[in-house]
Amino acid sequence: MKILVAVKQVAFLDDEFEMRDDGRDVDADFFEKDLNEFDHFSVEEAMLIKEAAGDAAEVVIAIIGDEDADDALRTALAKGADRGIRVWDEALADADGVAVARVLAKVVEREKPDMVFTGAQSADFGSAVTGMALAGLLGWPHTAVVCNLDYAPGAGTATIRRELEGGLEEIMTIRCPAVLSIQLGINQPRYASLRGIKQAKQKPVDELSLDDLGLSAAEVVPAARVRRMYAPERGKAELITGSAAEQAARLAEIIKELRGM
Amino acid sequence: MAELLVIAAQRQGELRPSTLEAIAAANGIRQPGDTLAVAIVAADPQSLVGALSVDGVDEVIAVKATDDFQPDLTEAVILALAAARKPAVIAAAHGVDAWSFVPAAAVKLGCGLATDVQALRREDGELVATRAGYAEKVLVDLDFPGKSTVLLTIRTNVFEPAAGTGAPRVTEMAAPAADVATTHQGWKPPADAGGIDIPGSEFILSIGRGVGDESNVEQFLELAEEMGATLGCSRPIADNGWLPKARQVGQSGQLAASCRLYVAMGVSGSVQHQWGMKHVETIVAVNTDPEASIFSIARYGIVGDMFEIAEELKGHF
Ligand SMILES: Cc1cc2nc3c(=O)[nH]c(=O)nc-3n(C[C@H](O)[C@H](O)[C@H](O)COP(=O)(O)OP(=O)(O)OC[C@H]3O[C@@H](n4cnc5c(N)ncnc54)[C@H](O)[C@@H]3O)c2cc1C
Ligand SMILES: Nc1ncnc2c1ncn2[C@@H]1O[C@H](COP(=O)(O)O)[C@@H](O)[C@H]1O
Repeated sequence: MKILVAVKQVAFLDDEFEMRDDGRDVDADFFEKDLNEFDHFSVEEAMLIKEAAGDAAEVVIAIIGDEDADDALRTALAKGADRGIRVWDEALADADGVAVARVLAKVVEREKPDMVFTGAQSADFGSAVTGMALAGLLGWPHTAVVCNLDYAPGAGTATIRRELEGGLEEIMTIRCPAVLSIQLGINQPRYASLRGIKQAKQKPVDELSLDDLGLSAAEVVPAARVRRMYAPERGKAELITGSAAEQAARLAEIIKELRGM
Repeated sequence: MAELLVIAAQRQGELRPSTLEAIAAANGIRQPGDTLAVAIVAADPQSLVGALSVDGVDEVIAVKATDDFQPDLTEAVILALAAARKPAVIAAAHGVDAWSFVPAAAVKLGCGLATDVQALRREDGELVATRAGYAEKVLVDLDFPGKSTVLLTIRTNVFEPAAGTGAPRVTEMAAPAADVATTHQGWKPPADAGGIDIPGSEFILSIGRGVGDESNVEQFLELAEEMGATLGCSRPIADNGWLPKARQVGQSGQLAASCRLYVAMGVSGSVQHQWGMKHVETIVAVNTDPEASIFSIARYGIVGDMFEIAEELKGHF
């Protein structure tokens, strides 16, 4: 019994940032990188299933990313996952969710997991593409934005709730193996223990190239091309300046003015 | 001459209003001679034709199946329509339903794909879609070289919903065969609000992850009361159990429907939070990050620490 969890290393921008010379991305000097917030929840969900099964389940973490992404992978391993797979090739530098899904599909074919989790979306770009594109490529059952899961390892079906607009949830059963994208709040993710962090450094990680997976660069082209990236026009907000006391006084004025409503 | 196709969404037999925004987005990139068709999958699709008969819609494709959401079925519908009609663009609202079926359909079609699109135009005849990136701090223009079909999901509350009364042709389409792997079992409505009324409040003070710790929440409850505001929050605060879900503003929480003054402290301004408050006439944002996207929708901005501002606010009321 095996659960494969795909995780992403996301990038946040420093308070000030500059564009790359080609104008198609932010200069990488201004990135701060971290494990995608959603992936804390999907890793936790896999760990809960593993623990409920008395450890009779293996949790494998897969990440598509360069050496830098090793940090995010180890963060997931530090929470108790068993081993990792990291796939990288320069041809993946412009990869989008569709291209990443093509790589993950090969990883799934190799690993043959009983269940695949992804995050509902990535916190940096919010594409919400990768997991369900992966399912489409595999031809597997799939549902996005899962906020509750009842699944016993190896079972033929799982009961899930998917979270809809306005806090309404739909209860459905789904055939397994399946690809589920996991929503924030499905559980309370654990923090890695110091021991876990230490152990994560020793855990086995397969480093694979596209070639190892039998993929060519032509098979991982993105479904869209970035023409340009730019800072949106700002300046709609009128800035209230001064000391905190002055700012608060002005805010209080605005509130009182409008509260007479 | 090309065909534009919109995939409508319904829930429990009711049209999702965001469908009309997807129709408007598709209409906006229409070229002379193009036609626009809307496909609707439902138990009684004919009952939704009226709601879809808005300006610009030339044809409604009625697929009689079930009101249950079945991503596998919707994908089969898209694949069948794409094969038969070779649409240049297929658009759907970027709602939770589309998250399940759009990417899967896109890889099966091998088409272009952009999600959460907030602007569309043609540059030298080529379709260009704009979406946000890096937590809404940048915009990205995307194009789709070599793709004869492009699938798009359209951000809600950006495009003015299509209105008017058209007289589209109605085409009935038999539900295609699909290997449906999901079975609807029921609904779980949101928990009782316990007297907290975000939709009815005219003045909301809202706190986000900037509050840092559960022990810091109480002082904002007190401040809200002092100011005569209802305390709202962003999702992580509710997910952590620091405040009840009924206080959560946003797509999966409450719509601040009656609000006229929204003071957001330590909220970054994610698209899902904006969903619940972007429309508010006067938004004041307090955030330590001058680039936080909340400032792009706020009327007033304070670049500063929410605790200092909160402390200084006390006593003004
Ligand atoms: C399907 C779906 C539905 C969702 N529904 C909702 C929803 O209904 N509502 C919702 O809110 N989210 C929703 N989300 C989550 C959403 O994507 C974001 O994760 C969330 O809105 C972020 O909350 P935040 O702004 O409080 O946190 P963050 O994005 O972490 O922002 C915290 C902000 O606080 C600022 N800050 C830090 N310290 C201070 C300080 N001392 N003083 C002032 N500012 C400070 C930071 O600069 C930052 O901008 C949903 C997500 C999905 C996928
Ligand atoms: N480079 C990647 N490597 C592994 N998984 C990824 C990668 N990018 C996205 N994902 C998965 O897809 C989810 C987010 O989807 P998306 O919004 O399409 O980027 C993440 O939570 C991961 O589970």
